[in-house]
Amino acid sequence: MGSTAHRDSGFGVYVHWPFCTSKCPYCDFNSHVRQKVDEGRFVAAYRAEIAHRARLAPGRRVTSIFFGGGTPSLMQPQTVAAILDEIAANWSLAKGAEITLEANPTSVEAERFRGYKAAGVNRISLGVQALNDADLKALGRLHSVEEAMAAVATAASIFERVSFDLIYARPGQAPWAWRAELEAALARATEHLSLYQLTIEPDTLFERLHKAGKLKVPSQEAARALWDITQEITTKHGFPAYEISNHARPGAESRHNLVYWRYGEYAGVGPGAHGRMVMAKGRRAQATERHPEMWLTTVEGEGHGLIEDELLSEEEQGDEFLLMGLRLTEGIDPDRFRALAGRALDPARVQSLISDGMVERVRGRLRVTAAGFPVLDSVVADLAA
Amino acid sequence: MTTHAIDNIRNFAIVAHIDHGKSTLADRLIQTTGGLAERDMVEQVLDSMDIERERGITIKAQTVRLGYRAKDGRDYVLNLMDTPGHVDFAYEVSRSLAACEGSLLVVDASQGVEAQTLANVYQALDANHEIVPILNKIDLPAAEPERIKEQIEDVIGLDASQAVPISAKTGLNIDLVLEAVVARLPPPKGDEAAPLKALLVDSWYDAYLGVVVLVRVVDGVLKKHQRIKLMATDAHHEVDRIGVFTPKMMDVGALGPGEIGFITAQIKQVADTRVGDTITDEKRPTAAPLPGFKPAQPVVFCGLFPVDAAEFEDLRAAVGRLRLNDASFSYEMETSAALGFGFRCGFLGLLHLEIIQERLEREFNLDLIATAPSVIYKIRLRDGTEIDLHNPVDMPDPTRIELIREPWIQATILTPDDYLGAVLKLCQDRRGVQIDLNYVGKRAMVTYDLPLNEVVFDFYDRLKSVSKGYASFDYHLTDYREADLVKMQILVNGEPVDALSMLVHRARAEGRGRAMCEKLKDLIPPHMFQIPVQAAIGAKIIARETIRALRKDVTAKCYGGDVTRKRKLLEKQKEGKKRMRQFGKVEIPQAAFIAALKMDA
Repeated sequence: MGSTAHRDSGFGVYVHWPFCTSKCPYCDFNSHVRQKVDEGRFVAAYRAEIAHRARLAPGRRVTSIFFGGGTPSLMQPQTVAAILDEIAANWSLAKGAEITLEANPTSVEAERFRGYKAAGVNRISLGVQALNDADLKALGRLHSVEEAMAAVATAASIFERVSFDLIYARPGQAPWAWRAELEAALARATEHLSLYQLTIEPDTLFERLHKAGKLKVPSQEAARALWDITQEITTKHGFPAYEISNHARPGAESRHNLVYWRYGEYAGVGPGAHGRMVMAKGRRAQATERHPEMWLTTVEGEGHGLIEDELLSEEEQGDEFLLMGLRLTEGIDPDRFRALAGRALDPARVQSLISDGMVERVRGRLRVTAAGFPVLDSVVADLAA
Repeated sequence: MTTHAIDNIRNFAIVAHIDHGKSTLADRLIQTTGGLAERDMVEQVLDSMDIERERGITIKAQTVRLGYRAKDGRDYVLNLMDTPGHVDFAYEVSRSLAACEGSLLVVDASQGVEAQTLANVYQALDANHEIVPILNKIDLPAAEPERIKEQIEDVIGLDASQAVPISAKTGLNIDLVLEAVVARLPPPKGDEAAPLKALLVDSWYDAYLGVVVLVRVVDGVLKKHQRIKLMATDAHHEVDRIGVFTPKMMDVGALGPGEIGFITAQIKQVADTRVGDTITDEKRPTAAPLPGFKPAQPVVFCGLFPVDAAEFEDLRAAVGRLRLNDASFSYEMETSAALGFGFRCGFLGLLHLEIIQERLEREFNLDLIATAPSVIYKIRLRDGTEIDLHNPVDMPDPTRIELIREPWIQATILTPDDYLGAVLKLCQDRRGVQIDLNYVGKRAMVTYDLPLNEVVFDFYDRLKSVSKGYASFDYHLTDYREADLVKMQILVNGEPVDALSMLVHRARAEGRGRAMCEKLKDLIPPHMFQIPVQAAIGAKIIARETIRALRKDVTAKCYGGDVTRKRKLLEKQKEGKKRMRQFGKVEIPQAAFIAALKMDA
């Protein structure tokens, strides 16, 4: 079962579109600002990459596709359509496959929503980030709250499935303010919300400001209070967390992201995309060239953009499985850990975490408790050791 | 068959404070007399260990035979013993001195007399040496040869009018040093017709030759193939190689009275030889052995544990190897609940401890945790038995103890006047008793009686820091005195951490306990639960700190593209955990042990 469980989680395809209108000061994703993008050339390269991955892992049934970025909502709908057609042509597309596209909630982009729908997209994830204009500006976002809410409404009128993101624990954010903002967000949410605590990432403008003392983020204690508020309010409104930062009405979870967290199989195409594909010798960790134009020429020259393609050891697979699986409220199957890692979890460590109330055993699964989630990184390090 | 002077030989040592140029002078003497070709010359020729060259110190005594044609036209054989300068190696100095008739006293012409200068020169005087003062570094602008001469006369009481001004670095007046050795130091005396009587000065293990024995012949002749007897151990051997150091090994047919050289004789291990023993002829033994030396006794103890428990066997092999060449270092296996398997080791002093630890880490590639240094406490139990306590962990229940005595030292400290106040305060804080205070030129010389257990705990570092590096320090053990000592334990999450327990004076316990808890609070990372850190004497808590529980430690975003990076972070965390000690439920980083034990209360 350990060897086939990755299939049970489905097969996802991640498509990375690396361009943005501007760079947000907190973002460390692989995103680049360009005046003009030759979409035709890029489409050809995406098609080549898809065909290449299909040769590596033929015969898969694709259960989800995710356009991430960057800002995929800057793509022409026909670009999205061409990529989706290529995926369908190289693998088979499962009936009702989830096809998500990340979008900025601006009016310009909202105009393209119908085109995306026509191309086959059935789920939209909007980067709203805050319901406070001053904070949106501080986060470097180009939209207003009003514009974002209009985009959410437009998306909801076109797509059955809509999610949006908020960033909390922002500089100076008071608990009462977050409470109000979250209540407002839940009033607008249809089925799914991603709620991320602001993290100061390396090599970002926010990191420089933070180091210079010009950006103050909430203390550990204050961040914990905001976390607790988040859990309380989302649960009350029927949007419980199913993953550390992801909340949904039951049944409305992101199936694509579940592939990652359930440590399933996925292909990554586009600049700086990552994949985990299970091939003859085992699970491989793959990554492509990050720089968009270099990726383009690499693909044009070699037929693919992979610059990393490594077989993962048992220990590495065990680590990745814990790292991802324990983020889910459903937890992990310890037998699958054993199959992947080639060893069982240390019973003494498990027992100690259980007695501290950090993890629990439920119907043969091991899952992190409400007390354990806020300190998950320590719990994972403990279990993985 | 009578004792007479062996006129063409001079045996001499060089004594000096560390950094005053002893090894450089030895280099110049070897070079000037042609002992080594230019291409073989490296700095500090006689300091063969890397650690000696790097730190500029001499640990093992070395010897070299120099051929010298003097101004009087005669050829002389000069045997130079290079001796360690540091107090920890005083026993090495004393036995080297016993093999010589005279000493060169090297004093830095700008720094003047230091604490170790005094200690070493007194040893040379005890050995009835003729002493020639040498003023080194006179090429430096800060040199004040006239003032330093006065200092030598005032402080040591030696006639310095004939002191030789030199620069070992530039080679200035090295010829005058050689002439002074010939003219002013006495030749050895001996009787070549008498039965063999030779002093076993030192021995060491050589990977190719086995045990090499350094000897000084007093009477008679030592020859190749001779059957010899080591008198103290009554071991019999045949000499299979005999020679001298030039400093390279050079075979000779025999060594006569007054000569210094080496032999090998199929001796299995260094422990089979006793330094100070008398070597004589098996068939025709000498009537009375030489007086010999007291064996060096370890005075400072600490536990050494591998950071990675899997390296215990490597550590065992390494301490065994070091012990082969350093009989003054002792060890026995020890088990600690906190640190696992390791060794309780005895050292001649703190420098010795540091050097052994550094050699283990460097030459054997081991990562070590050293526990708090301890001394030997003498405990009398109520039932009348006396025990020596080397390890605080073994302390009997206080109700069984009638009294505890601890070792005291007498310390001599020389310091510039500016720092005298701070030095006195440090000594007072360490329970010191002032014995004397006077001036050597502009420098104060203080004599203090101090409990050794206060000195092993960071005293030397503190002294250097309060005097900005200018104070010099030397000490010797004096006696044992009764003291109100208690065992202080450190409890982490309610569990005693044996590696951190220590014997401390009752009056100092609270301060040290508080400092230790504060330090540990910063050194132990927060866990998923709150951790009390306490210092206790018996059941009584004397200090407490709390490490607060982690409140938030979770990665907000983790998707398909983040897995590799997060996995690499996790691998680092796991690696870090391997280097921690699991203690109950608490993981204590090894750095915490090292830093907590270095701390000064």
